[in-house]
Amino acid sequence: MTPTTRRKLLSSLFVGFCAGAVLLALIPLAFVLFFVVSQGIRSLNLAFFTHMPTPVGEAGGGMANAIVGTLILSGLAAGMAVPIGVLSGIYMSEYAGSRFAAVVRFAADTLNGVPSIVIGLFAYVVAVLPFKQFSALAGGFALGLMMIPIIARTTEEMLLLVPGTMREGALALGATRARAVFSVVLPAALPGIVTGVVLALARVAGETAPLLFTAFNNRFFSTSLKEPISSLTVQVYTYATGPYDDWHRQAWSGALVLVSIVLICSLLARLATRRLERMHARG
Amino acid sequence: MPSIQKFGLRFWRTDVWDPVAGEFGALPFIWGTLYSSVLALLVATPIALGIAIFISELCPAALRQPLVFVTELLAAIPSIVYGLWGIFVLVPAVRAVETSLPDAVRSLPLFSGPPLGLGMLSAALILAVMVIPFISSISREVLKSVPHAQREGAYALGATRFEAIRAAVFYARTGILGAVMLGFGRALGETMAVTMVIGNNPKVSMSLFAPQYTMAAVVANEFAEAADDLYLSALVEIGLVLFIITLVINALSRLLIWSMARTETVVAEPVESAEVLA
Repeated sequence: MTPTTRRKLLSSLFVGFCAGAVLLALIPLAFVLFFVVSQGIRSLNLAFFTHMPTPVGEAGGGMANAIVGTLILSGLAAGMAVPIGVLSGIYMSEYAGSRFAAVVRFAADTLNGVPSIVIGLFAYVVAVLPFKQFSALAGGFALGLMMIPIIARTTEEMLLLVPGTMREGALALGATRARAVFSVVLPAALPGIVTGVVLALARVAGETAPLLFTAFNNRFFSTSLKEPISSLTVQVYTYATGPYDDWHRQAWSGALVLVSIVLICSLLARLATRRLERMHARG
Repeated sequence: MPSIQKFGLRFWRTDVWDPVAGEFGALPFIWGTLYSSVLALLVATPIALGIAIFISELCPAALRQPLVFVTELLAAIPSIVYGLWGIFVLVPAVRAVETSLPDAVRSLPLFSGPPLGLGMLSAALILAVMVIPFISSISREVLKSVPHAQREGAYALGATRFEAIRAAVFYARTGILGAVMLGFGRALGETMAVTMVIGNNPKVSMSLFAPQYTMAAVVANEFAEAADDLYLSALVEIGLVLFIITLVINALSRLLIWSMARTETVVAEPVESAEVLA
Protein backbone atom coordinates (compact mmCIF):
# COMPACT_ATOMS: atom_id res chain seq x y z
CA MET A 1 0.00 0.00 0.00
CA THR A 2 1.43 3.37 -0.92
CA PRO A 3 1.47 6.08 1.75
CA THR A 4 -1.14 8.04 -0.18
CA THR A 5 -3.65 5.22 -0.29
CA ARG A 6 -3.06 4.64 3.39
CA ARG A 7 -3.74 8.28 4.16
CA LYS A 8 -6.86 8.28 2.05
CA LEU A 9 -8.06 5.10 3.67
CA LEU A 10 -7.45 6.54 7.12
CA SER A 11 -9.38 9.64 6.13
CA SER A 12 -12.36 7.62 4.92
CA LEU A 13 -12.29 5.54 8.09
CA PHE A 14 -12.35 8.72 10.12
CA VAL A 15 -15.34 10.11 8.22
CA GLY A 16 -17.05 6.77 8.77
CA PHE A 17 -16.29 6.91 12.48
CA CYS A 18 -17.82 10.39 12.79
CA ALA A 19 -20.99 9.36 10.98
CA GLY A 20 -21.09 6.23 13.14
CA ALA A 21 -20.84 8.35 16.29
CA VAL A 22 -23.96 10.26 15.28
CA LEU A 23 -25.86 7.04 14.69
CA LEU A 24 -24.58 5.61 17.96
CA ALA A 25 -25.91 8.60 19.88
CA LEU A 26 -29.26 8.38 18.13
CA ILE A 27 -29.75 4.77 19.26
CA PRO A 28 -30.32 5.56 22.96
CA LEU A 29 -32.53 8.50 22.02
CA ALA A 30 -34.67 6.30 19.80
CA PHE A 31 -34.75 3.58 22.46
CA VAL A 32 -35.78 5.93 25.26
CA LEU A 33 -38.48 7.57 23.16
CA PHE A 34 -39.74 4.22 21.89
CA PHE A 35 -40.08 2.72 25.37
CA VAL A 36 -41.55 5.83 26.93
CA VAL A 37 -44.20 6.06 24.23
CA SER A 38 -45.01 2.35 23.93
CA GLN A 39 -45.07 1.70 27.68
CA GLY A 40 -46.52 5.04 28.67
CA ILE A 41 -49.44 5.01 26.28
CA ARG A 42 -50.91 1.91 27.94
CA SER A 43 -52.05 3.66 31.11
CA LEU A 44 -52.45 7.10 29.65
CA ASN A 45 -56.12 8.04 29.59
CA LEU A 46 -58.33 10.83 30.79
CA ALA A 47 -58.36 9.37 34.30
CA PHE A 48 -54.60 9.77 34.48
CA PHE A 49 -55.07 13.52 34.36
CA THR A 50 -58.23 13.84 36.43
CA HIS A 51 -58.07 11.11 39.08
CA MET A 52 -56.10 10.80 42.27
CA PRO A 53 -53.70 7.91 42.87
CA THR A 54 -55.51 4.78 44.07
CA PRO A 55 -54.39 2.80 47.12
CA VAL A 56 -51.80 0.08 46.49
CA GLY A 57 -53.26 -2.96 44.74
CA GLU A 58 -56.17 -1.12 43.20
CA ALA A 59 -55.84 -0.65 39.48
CA GLY A 60 -56.55 2.62 37.71
CA GLY A 61 -56.27 6.03 39.19
CA GLY A 62 -54.17 8.92 37.99
CA MET A 63 -51.78 11.63 38.94
CA ALA A 64 -54.07 14.65 39.13
CA ASN A 65 -52.42 15.90 42.31
CA ALA A 66 -48.93 15.52 40.86
CA ILE A 67 -49.84 17.31 37.63
CA VAL A 68 -51.37 20.24 39.51
CA GLY A 69 -48.33 20.20 41.81
CA THR A 70 -45.91 20.41 38.90
CA LEU A 71 -47.91 23.31 37.45
CA ILE A 72 -47.87 25.17 40.78
CA LEU A 73 -44.16 24.55 41.34
CA SER A 74 -43.26 25.67 37.82
CA GLY A 75 -45.42 28.75 38.22
CA LEU A 76 -43.72 29.68 41.49
CA ALA A 77 -40.31 29.13 39.91
CA ALA A 78 -41.19 31.31 36.92
CA GLY A 79 -42.55 34.04 39.18
CA MET A 80 -39.19 34.19 40.90
CA ALA A 81 -36.86 33.59 37.96
CA VAL A 82 -38.42 35.57 35.10
CA PRO A 83 -37.91 39.09 36.56
CA ILE A 84 -34.44 38.33 37.93
CA GLY A 85 -33.34 36.43 34.83
CA VAL A 86 -34.65 38.89 32.26
CA LEU A 87 -33.24 41.91 34.09
CA SER A 88 -29.80 40.36 34.46
CA GLY A 89 -29.95 39.32 30.81
CA ILE A 90 -30.65 42.93 29.86
CA TYR A 91 -27.73 44.05 31.98
CA MET A 92 -25.37 41.54 30.38
CA SER A 93 -26.26 42.59 26.85
CA GLU A 94 -26.54 46.35 27.39
CA TYR A 95 -23.35 46.62 29.40
CA ALA A 96 -21.65 43.77 27.59
CA GLY A 97 -18.19 45.29 27.77
CA SER A 98 -18.13 46.04 31.49
CA ARG A 99 -16.20 43.95 33.96
CA PHE A 100 -19.23 43.40 36.16
CA ALA A 101 -21.22 42.03 33.22
CA ALA A 102 -18.48 39.47 32.68
CA VAL A 103 -18.71 38.53 36.35
CA VAL A 104 -22.49 38.15 36.10
CA ARG A 105 -22.13 36.01 32.99
CA PHE A 106 -19.56 33.84 34.70
CA ALA A 107 -21.77 33.50 37.77
CA ALA A 108 -24.76 32.55 35.62
CA ASP A 109 -22.78 29.90 33.77
CA THR A 110 -21.43 28.53 37.00
CA LEU A 111 -24.84 28.48 38.67
CA ASN A 112 -26.11 26.64 35.62
CA GLY A 113 -23.53 23.93 36.26
CA VAL A 114 -24.32 23.44 39.95
CA PRO A 115 -25.72 19.93 40.42
CA SER A 116 -29.46 19.94 40.97
CA ILE A 117 -29.13 17.95 44.19
CA VAL A 118 -26.90 20.70 45.62
CA ILE A 119 -29.54 23.28 44.68
CA GLY A 120 -31.99 21.12 46.60
CA LEU A 121 -29.72 21.05 49.65
CA PHE A 122 -29.32 24.82 49.52
CA ALA A 123 -33.06 25.35 49.25
CA TYR A 124 -33.55 22.95 52.17
CA VAL A 125 -31.23 24.98 54.38
CA VAL A 126 -32.67 28.34 53.30
CA ALA A 127 -36.37 27.62 52.82
CA VAL A 128 -37.22 24.45 54.76
CA LEU A 129 -35.06 24.40 57.87
CA PRO A 130 -36.13 27.84 59.24
CA PHE A 131 -39.82 26.94 58.93
CA LYS A 132 -39.43 23.28 59.92
CA GLN A 133 -41.79 22.38 57.10
CA PHE A 134 -41.48 20.99 53.58
CA SER A 135 -43.46 23.29 51.32
CA ALA A 136 -44.43 24.10 47.76
CA LEU A 137 -42.75 27.47 48.26
CA ALA A 138 -39.41 25.83 49.04
CA GLY A 139 -39.75 23.63 45.95
CA GLY A 140 -40.58 26.63 43.78
CA PHE A 141 -37.57 28.46 45.21
CA ALA A 142 -35.24 25.57 44.32
CA LEU A 143 -36.60 25.35 40.76
CA GLY A 144 -36.48 29.14 40.43
CA LEU A 145 -32.78 29.10 41.28
CA MET A 146 -32.23 26.66 38.43
CA MET A 147 -34.24 28.80 36.00
CA ILE A 148 -32.47 32.10 36.61
CA PRO A 149 -29.25 31.38 34.70
CA ILE A 150 -31.07 29.77 31.78
CA ILE A 151 -33.39 32.75 31.37
CA ALA A 152 -30.59 35.28 31.90
CA ARG A 153 -28.40 33.73 29.21
CA THR A 154 -31.14 33.31 26.62
CA THR A 155 -32.37 36.85 27.25
CA GLU A 156 -28.84 38.12 26.68
CA GLU A 157 -28.44 36.10 23.48
CA MET A 158 -31.81 37.21 22.13
CA LEU A 159 -31.11 40.89 22.86
CA LEU A 160 -27.82 40.60 21.03
CA LEU A 161 -29.70 39.25 18.00
CA VAL A 162 -31.70 42.49 17.74
CA PRO A 163 -30.12 44.60 14.98
CA GLY A 164 -27.89 47.33 16.42
CA THR A 165 -29.50 49.84 14.05
CA MET A 166 -32.78 49.59 16.00
CA ARG A 167 -31.08 50.58 19.23
CA GLU A 168 -29.14 53.33 17.51
CA GLY A 169 -32.27 54.57 15.81
CA ALA A 170 -34.05 54.93 19.13
CA LEU A 171 -31.08 56.69 20.69
CA ALA A 172 -30.80 59.01 17.68
CA LEU A 173 -34.43 60.02 18.17
CA GLY A 174 -33.47 61.20 21.63
CA ALA A 175 -34.62 58.22 23.68
CA THR A 176 -32.81 57.58 26.93
CA ARG A 177 -30.97 54.33 27.25
CA ALA A 178 -33.73 52.79 29.41
CA ARG A 179 -36.36 53.98 26.96
CA ALA A 180 -34.48 52.49 24.02
CA VAL A 181 -34.15 49.16 25.81
CA PHE A 182 -37.69 48.84 27.12
CA SER A 183 -39.62 50.34 24.20
CA VAL A 184 -37.57 49.18 21.23
CA VAL A 185 -35.00 46.47 21.87
CA LEU A 186 -36.91 44.38 24.39
CA PRO A 187 -40.16 44.18 22.37
CA ALA A 188 -38.15 43.13 19.31
CA ALA A 189 -36.51 40.32 21.27
CA LEU A 190 -39.67 39.35 23.13
CA PRO A 191 -40.53 36.23 21.12
CA GLY A 192 -37.04 34.90 21.75
CA ILE A 193 -37.17 35.69 25.45
CA VAL A 194 -40.56 34.03 25.82
CA THR A 195 -39.07 31.00 24.07
CA GLY A 196 -36.22 30.96 26.55
CA VAL A 197 -38.67 31.09 29.44
CA VAL A 198 -40.70 28.24 27.98
CA LEU A 199 -37.56 26.13 27.54
CA ALA A 200 -36.45 26.89 31.09
CA LEU A 201 -39.91 25.90 32.33
CA ALA A 202 -39.72 22.63 30.45
CA ARG A 203 -36.32 21.95 31.94
CA VAL A 204 -37.33 22.58 35.57
CA ALA A 205 -40.63 20.76 35.17
CA GLY A 206 -38.48 17.68 34.53
CA GLU A 207 -36.32 18.15 37.61
CA THR A 208 -36.60 15.72 40.49
CA ALA A 209 -33.56 16.08 42.70
CA PRO A 210 -34.21 19.66 43.90
CA LEU A 211 -37.73 18.68 44.99
CA LEU A 212 -36.92 15.57 47.04
CA PHE A 213 -36.51 17.44 50.28
CA THR A 214 -38.03 20.83 49.52
CA ALA A 215 -41.50 20.24 48.07
CA PHE A 216 -41.24 16.63 49.25
CA ASN A 217 -44.34 14.72 48.18
CA ASN A 218 -47.99 14.63 49.09
CA ARG A 219 -50.41 11.76 48.67
CA PHE A 220 -53.33 14.12 48.73
CA PHE A 221 -54.57 16.90 46.55
CA SER A 222 -53.05 20.13 47.75
CA THR A 223 -52.77 23.62 46.38
CA SER A 224 -51.48 25.16 49.58
CA LEU A 225 -48.11 26.84 49.17
CA LYS A 226 -47.16 26.11 52.76
CA GLU A 227 -47.77 22.37 52.55
CA PRO A 228 -45.67 19.67 50.94
CA ILE A 229 -46.82 19.17 47.38
CA SER A 230 -46.65 16.34 44.91
CA SER A 231 -44.98 16.65 41.52
CA LEU A 232 -44.93 14.49 38.40
CA THR A 233 -41.21 13.82 38.66
CA VAL A 234 -41.11 12.84 42.33
CA GLN A 235 -44.21 10.71 41.78
CA VAL A 236 -42.55 8.94 38.84
CA TYR A 237 -39.50 8.35 41.03
CA THR A 238 -41.60 6.89 43.85
CA TYR A 239 -43.52 4.68 41.46
CA ALA A 240 -40.48 3.57 39.45
CA THR A 241 -38.55 2.47 42.53
CA GLY A 242 -41.60 0.83 44.12
CA PRO A 243 -42.38 -2.88 43.85
CA TYR A 244 -45.81 -2.87 42.19
CA ASP A 245 -46.62 -3.39 38.50
CA ASP A 246 -49.44 -0.86 38.66
CA TRP A 247 -46.98 1.70 39.92
CA HIS A 248 -44.53 0.94 37.12
CA ARG A 249 -47.24 1.41 34.52
CA GLN A 250 -48.18 4.75 36.06
CA ALA A 251 -44.52 5.76 36.15
CA TRP A 252 -44.17 5.15 32.41
CA SER A 253 -47.27 7.24 31.75
CA GLY A 254 -45.86 10.01 33.92
CA ALA A 255 -42.63 9.83 31.95
CA LEU A 256 -44.59 10.08 28.71
CA VAL A 257 -46.29 13.24 29.93
CA LEU A 258 -42.92 14.72 30.96
CA VAL A 259 -41.28 13.87 27.65
CA SER A 260 -44.25 15.27 25.72
CA ILE A 261 -43.95 18.55 27.62
CA VAL A 262 -40.25 18.76 26.79
CA LEU A 263 -40.72 17.79 23.13
CA ILE A 264 -43.54 20.23 22.51
CA CYS A 265 -41.65 23.08 24.20
CA SER A 266 -38.46 22.38 22.25
CA LEU A 267 -40.29 22.27 18.94
CA LEU A 268 -42.13 25.52 19.66
CA ALA A 269 -38.89 27.14 20.76
CA ARG A 270 -37.12 26.05 17.60
CA LEU A 271 -39.83 27.53 15.39
CA ALA A 272 -39.83 30.81 17.31
CA THR A 273 -36.06 31.29 17.32
CA ARG A 274 -35.89 30.50 13.64
CA ARG A 275 -38.24 33.42 12.98
CA LEU A 276 -36.14 35.71 15.13
CA GLU A 277 -32.93 34.65 13.43
CA ARG A 278 -34.46 35.35 10.04
CA MET A 279 -35.35 38.83 11.24
CA HIS A 280 -31.78 39.26 12.40
CA ALA A 281 -30.45 38.14 9.02
CA ARG A 282 -32.68 40.69 7.31
CA GLY A 283 -31.94 43.48 9.77
CA MET B 1 -20.91 21.00 61.54
CA PRO B 2 -20.91 17.97 63.82
CA SER B 3 -19.47 15.66 61.16
CA ILE B 4 -16.44 17.88 60.64
CA GLN B 5 -15.92 18.20 64.39
CA LYS B 6 -16.19 14.50 64.98
CA PHE B 7 -14.37 13.03 61.99
CA GLY B 8 -12.29 15.85 60.52
CA LEU B 9 -10.41 14.74 57.43
CA ARG B 10 -10.83 11.11 58.41
CA PHE B 11 -14.34 11.49 56.97
CA TRP B 12 -12.85 11.42 53.47
CA ARG B 13 -10.44 8.55 54.06
CA THR B 14 -12.59 5.88 55.68
CA ASP B 15 -15.06 3.67 53.92
CA VAL B 16 -17.44 2.64 56.69
CA TRP B 17 -20.88 4.16 56.23
CA ASP B 18 -23.02 2.96 59.09
CA PRO B 19 -25.72 5.44 60.11
CA VAL B 20 -27.00 3.14 62.85
CA ALA B 21 -23.63 3.00 64.58
CA GLY B 22 -23.00 6.68 63.85
CA GLU B 23 -19.89 5.84 61.82
CA PHE B 24 -19.50 7.89 58.64
CA GLY B 25 -16.78 7.65 56.02
CA ALA B 26 -17.33 9.17 52.60
CA LEU B 27 -14.63 7.40 50.59
CA PRO B 28 -17.06 5.06 48.77
CA PHE B 29 -19.07 8.02 47.50
CA ILE B 30 -16.04 9.96 46.29
CA TRP B 31 -14.83 6.81 44.58
CA GLY B 32 -18.17 5.99 43.02
CA THR B 33 -18.65 9.56 41.78
CA LEU B 34 -15.20 9.81 40.21
CA TYR B 35 -15.18 6.28 38.81
CA SER B 36 -18.61 6.55 37.18
CA SER B 37 -17.85 9.99 35.74
CA VAL B 38 -14.46 8.98 34.33
CA LEU B 39 -15.93 5.84 32.78
CA ALA B 40 -18.76 7.90 31.31
CA LEU B 41 -16.28 10.35 29.80
CA LEU B 42 -14.20 7.53 28.33
CA VAL B 43 -17.30 6.37 26.48
CA ALA B 44 -18.79 9.79 25.74
CA THR B 45 -15.78 11.84 24.61
CA PRO B 46 -14.92 10.02 21.37
CA ILE B 47 -18.57 9.77 20.40
CA ALA B 48 -19.30 13.40 21.26
CA LEU B 49 -16.25 14.62 19.34
CA GLY B 50 -17.24 12.46 16.39
CA ILE B 51 -20.69 14.05 16.44
CA ALA B 52 -19.28 17.57 16.74
CA ILE B 53 -16.89 17.00 13.84
CA PHE B 54 -19.55 15.36 11.71
CA ILE B 55 -21.99 18.22 12.24
CA SER B 56 -19.54 21.09 11.90
CA GLU B 57 -17.17 19.75 9.24
CA LEU B 58 -18.60 16.84 7.32
CA CYS B 59 -22.35 16.73 7.02
CA PRO B 60 -24.40 18.31 4.23
CA ALA B 61 -25.80 21.71 5.23
CA ALA B 62 -29.38 20.48 5.03
CA LEU B 63 -28.71 17.85 7.67
CA ARG B 64 -27.00 20.21 10.09
CA GLN B 65 -29.99 21.82 11.82
CA PRO B 66 -31.97 18.59 12.26
CA LEU B 67 -28.93 16.81 13.69
CA VAL B 68 -28.25 19.65 16.12
CA PHE B 69 -31.88 19.52 17.21
CA VAL B 70 -31.88 15.77 17.71
CA THR B 71 -28.61 15.64 19.65
CA GLU B 72 -29.81 18.45 21.86
CA LEU B 73 -32.97 16.52 22.52
CA LEU B 74 -30.75 14.02 24.32
CA ALA B 75 -29.99 16.78 26.83
CA ALA B 76 -33.63 17.83 27.13
CA ILE B 77 -34.98 14.46 28.26
CA PRO B 78 -35.44 14.65 32.04
CA SER B 79 -33.02 12.74 34.21
CA ILE B 80 -35.85 10.83 35.85
CA VAL B 81 -36.95 9.49 32.45
CA TYR B 82 -33.44 8.20 31.78
CA GLY B 83 -33.55 6.62 35.21
CA LEU B 84 -36.87 4.93 34.55
CA TRP B 85 -35.60 3.64 31.21
CA GLY B 86 -32.42 2.55 32.96
CA ILE B 87 -34.25 0.47 35.56
CA PHE B 88 -36.58 -1.32 33.19
CA VAL B 89 -34.61 -1.55 29.95
CA LEU B 90 -30.88 -0.93 30.39
CA VAL B 91 -30.37 -2.81 33.67
CA PRO B 92 -31.95 -6.06 32.42
CA ALA B 93 -29.89 -5.76 29.23
CA VAL B 94 -26.67 -5.27 31.19
CA ARG B 95 -27.63 -8.20 33.43
CA ALA B 96 -28.09 -10.41 30.37
CA VAL B 97 -24.64 -9.43 29.14
CA GLU B 98 -23.14 -10.13 32.56
CA THR B 99 -24.61 -13.60 32.87
CA SER B 100 -23.55 -14.52 29.34
CA LEU B 101 -19.88 -13.73 29.99
CA PRO B 102 -17.58 -16.76 30.33
CA ASP B 103 -16.42 -17.59 33.86
CA ALA B 104 -12.81 -16.81 33.03
CA VAL B 105 -13.79 -13.20 32.31
CA ARG B 106 -16.10 -13.03 35.32
CA SER B 107 -13.25 -13.89 37.66
CA LEU B 108 -11.28 -10.79 36.59
CA PRO B 109 -11.44 -8.02 39.19
CA LEU B 110 -12.91 -5.66 36.60
CA PHE B 111 -15.91 -7.94 36.02
CA SER B 112 -16.34 -9.71 39.33
CA GLY B 113 -19.42 -9.49 41.48
CA PRO B 114 -23.00 -10.70 41.30
CA PRO B 115 -24.71 -10.23 37.92
CA LEU B 116 -27.37 -7.81 39.12
CA GLY B 117 -27.42 -5.39 36.22
CA LEU B 118 -27.60 -2.63 38.80
CA GLY B 119 -24.12 -1.23 39.19
CA MET B 120 -21.25 0.82 37.91
CA LEU B 121 -21.54 -0.17 34.24
CA SER B 122 -25.21 0.78 33.93
CA ALA B 123 -24.57 4.09 35.69
CA ALA B 124 -21.60 4.93 33.49
CA LEU B 125 -23.52 4.10 30.30
CA ILE B 126 -26.49 6.26 31.27
CA LEU B 127 -24.15 9.07 32.28
CA ALA B 128 -22.36 8.81 28.95
CA VAL B 129 -25.63 9.23 27.07
CA MET B 130 -26.51 12.23 29.23
CA VAL B 131 -23.21 14.11 28.83
CA ILE B 132 -22.72 13.49 25.08
CA PRO B 133 -24.96 16.41 24.06
CA PHE B 134 -23.10 18.82 26.36
CA ILE B 135 -19.65 17.88 25.11
CA SER B 136 -20.68 17.79 21.47
CA SER B 137 -22.53 21.10 21.44
CA ILE B 138 -19.66 23.02 23.06
CA SER B 139 -17.06 21.29 20.88
CA ARG B 140 -19.13 22.24 17.86
CA GLU B 141 -19.11 25.89 18.91
CA VAL B 142 -15.39 25.75 19.52
CA LEU B 143 -14.70 24.13 16.14
CA LYS B 144 -16.82 26.79 14.49
CA SER B 145 -14.44 29.41 15.88
CA VAL B 146 -11.39 27.83 14.23
CA PRO B 147 -10.42 30.13 11.34
CA HIS B 148 -11.06 28.73 7.89
CA ALA B 149 -7.49 29.52 6.92
CA GLN B 150 -6.42 26.73 9.22
CA ARG B 151 -8.24 24.10 7.19
CA GLU B 152 -7.60 25.73 3.84
CA GLY B 153 -3.91 25.87 4.63
CA ALA B 154 -3.93 22.17 5.42
CA TYR B 155 -5.80 21.30 2.23
CA ALA B 156 -3.44 23.51 0.22
CA LEU B 157 -0.55 21.46 1.52
CA GLY B 158 -2.25 18.33 0.22
CA ALA B 159 -3.78 17.12 3.46
CA THR B 160 -6.59 14.59 3.40
CA ARG B 161 -9.87 15.42 5.06
CA PHE B 162 -8.78 13.64 8.23
CA GLU B 163 -5.48 15.53 8.36
CA ALA B 164 -7.17 18.90 7.82
CA ILE B 165 -9.71 18.19 10.55
CA ARG B 166 -6.96 16.98 12.84
CA ALA B 167 -5.26 20.34 12.34
CA ALA B 168 -8.50 22.15 13.20
CA VAL B 169 -9.07 19.98 16.27
CA PHE B 170 -5.51 20.58 17.38
CA TYR B 171 -6.05 24.31 16.98
CA ALA B 172 -9.22 24.05 19.10
CA ARG B 173 -7.73 21.73 21.73
CA THR B 174 -8.10 24.16 24.65
CA GLY B 175 -11.77 24.70 23.97
CA ILE B 176 -12.39 21.00 23.46
CA LEU B 177 -10.68 20.24 26.74
CA GLY B 178 -13.04 22.79 28.28
CA ALA B 179 -16.01 21.02 26.70
CA VAL B 180 -14.90 17.67 28.09
CA MET B 181 -14.43 19.17 31.55
CA LEU B 182 -17.90 20.67 31.36
CA GLY B 183 -19.20 17.19 30.63
CA PHE B 184 -17.20 15.91 33.58
CA GLY B 185 -18.84 18.48 35.85
CA ARG B 186 -22.26 17.39 34.59
CA ALA B 187 -21.47 13.74 35.18
CA LEU B 188 -20.22 14.36 38.72
CA GLY B 189 -23.43 16.08 39.76
CA GLU B 190 -25.98 13.96 37.89
CA THR B 191 -28.35 12.57 40.47
CA MET B 192 -31.58 10.81 39.62
CA ALA B 193 -30.63 8.54 36.73
CA VAL B 194 -27.50 7.38 38.56
CA THR B 195 -29.33 6.86 41.83
CA MET B 196 -31.80 4.61 40.08
CA VAL B 197 -29.30 2.29 38.38
CA ILE B 198 -26.02 2.28 40.34
CA GLY B 199 -27.26 -0.08 43.06
CA ASN B 200 -26.64 2.24 46.03
CA ASN B 201 -24.11 0.16 47.92
CA PRO B 202 -21.34 2.07 49.75
CA LYS B 203 -18.43 -0.22 48.84
CA VAL B 204 -15.26 0.77 47.03
CA SER B 205 -14.74 -1.62 44.14
CA MET B 206 -12.94 -1.72 40.79
CA SER B 207 -15.61 -3.98 39.34
CA LEU B 208 -17.88 -2.63 36.63
CA PHE B 209 -20.62 -4.97 37.79
CA ALA B 210 -20.50 -4.14 41.50
CA PRO B 211 -23.31 -1.99 42.87
CA GLN B 212 -21.78 1.22 44.17
CA TYR B 213 -22.86 4.67 45.30
CA THR B 214 -22.22 8.31 44.38
CA MET B 215 -22.16 11.53 46.39
CA ALA B 216 -25.25 12.93 44.69
CA ALA B 217 -27.09 9.64 45.06
CA VAL B 218 -26.46 9.26 48.79
CA VAL B 219 -27.72 12.78 49.45
CA ALA B 220 -30.82 12.16 47.32
CA ASN B 221 -31.54 8.82 48.94
CA GLU B 222 -30.79 9.36 52.59
CA PHE B 223 -31.26 13.06 53.30
CA ALA B 224 -35.00 12.96 53.89
CA GLU B 225 -34.66 10.08 56.37
CA ALA B 226 -31.53 11.23 58.18
CA ALA B 227 -32.75 11.51 61.75
CA ASP B 228 -29.87 12.71 63.91
CA ASP B 229 -27.62 15.75 63.54
CA LEU B 230 -24.46 13.80 62.85
CA TYR B 231 -26.06 11.86 59.99
CA LEU B 232 -27.58 15.02 58.55
CA SER B 233 -24.36 16.97 58.73
CA ALA B 234 -22.41 14.12 57.15
CA LEU B 235 -24.75 14.31 54.17
CA VAL B 236 -24.56 18.10 54.03
CA GLU B 237 -20.76 17.85 54.11
CA ILE B 238 -20.86 15.49 51.14
CA GLY B 239 -23.15 17.93 49.31
CA LEU B 240 -20.84 20.82 50.12
CA VAL B 241 -17.78 19.03 48.78
CA LEU B 242 -19.68 17.99 45.66
CA PHE B 243 -20.62 21.64 45.21
CA ILE B 244 -17.03 22.83 45.56
CA ILE B 245 -15.68 20.20 43.16
CA THR B 246 -18.25 20.96 40.47
CA LEU B 247 -17.76 24.71 40.99
CA VAL B 248 -14.02 24.46 40.42
CA ILE B 249 -14.42 22.19 37.41
CA ASN B 250 -17.08 24.39 35.85
CA ALA B 251 -15.07 27.55 36.42
CA LEU B 252 -11.99 25.94 34.87
CA SER B 253 -13.89 24.67 31.86
CA ARG B 254 -15.51 28.07 31.26
CA LEU B 255 -12.11 29.73 31.41
CA LEU B 256 -10.72 27.27 28.86
CA ILE B 257 -13.67 27.78 26.53
CA TRP B 258 -13.45 31.54 26.89
CA SER B 259 -9.72 31.71 26.30
CA MET B 260 -10.45 29.86 23.07
CA ALA B 261 -13.16 32.34 22.11
CA ARG B 262 -10.86 35.26 22.78
CA THR B 263 -7.99 34.07 20.61
CA GLU B 264 -10.50 33.51 17.85
CA THR B 265 -11.46 37.17 17.53
CA VAL B 266 -7.81 38.13 17.16
CA VAL B 267 -6.91 35.51 14.58
CA ALA B 268 -10.13 35.39 12.62
CA GLU B 269 -10.05 38.96 11.37
CA PRO B 270 -7.72 38.67 8.33
CA VAL B 271 -9.45 35.45 7.30
CA GLU B 272 -12.78 37.13 6.93
CA SER B 273 -11.32 39.86 4.73
CA ALA B 274 -9.62 37.19 2.66
CA GLU B 275 -13.00 35.57 2.12
CA VAL B 276 -14.48 38.88 1.04
CA LEU B 277 -11.69 39.29 -1.48
CA ALA B 278 -12.27 35.82 -2.82
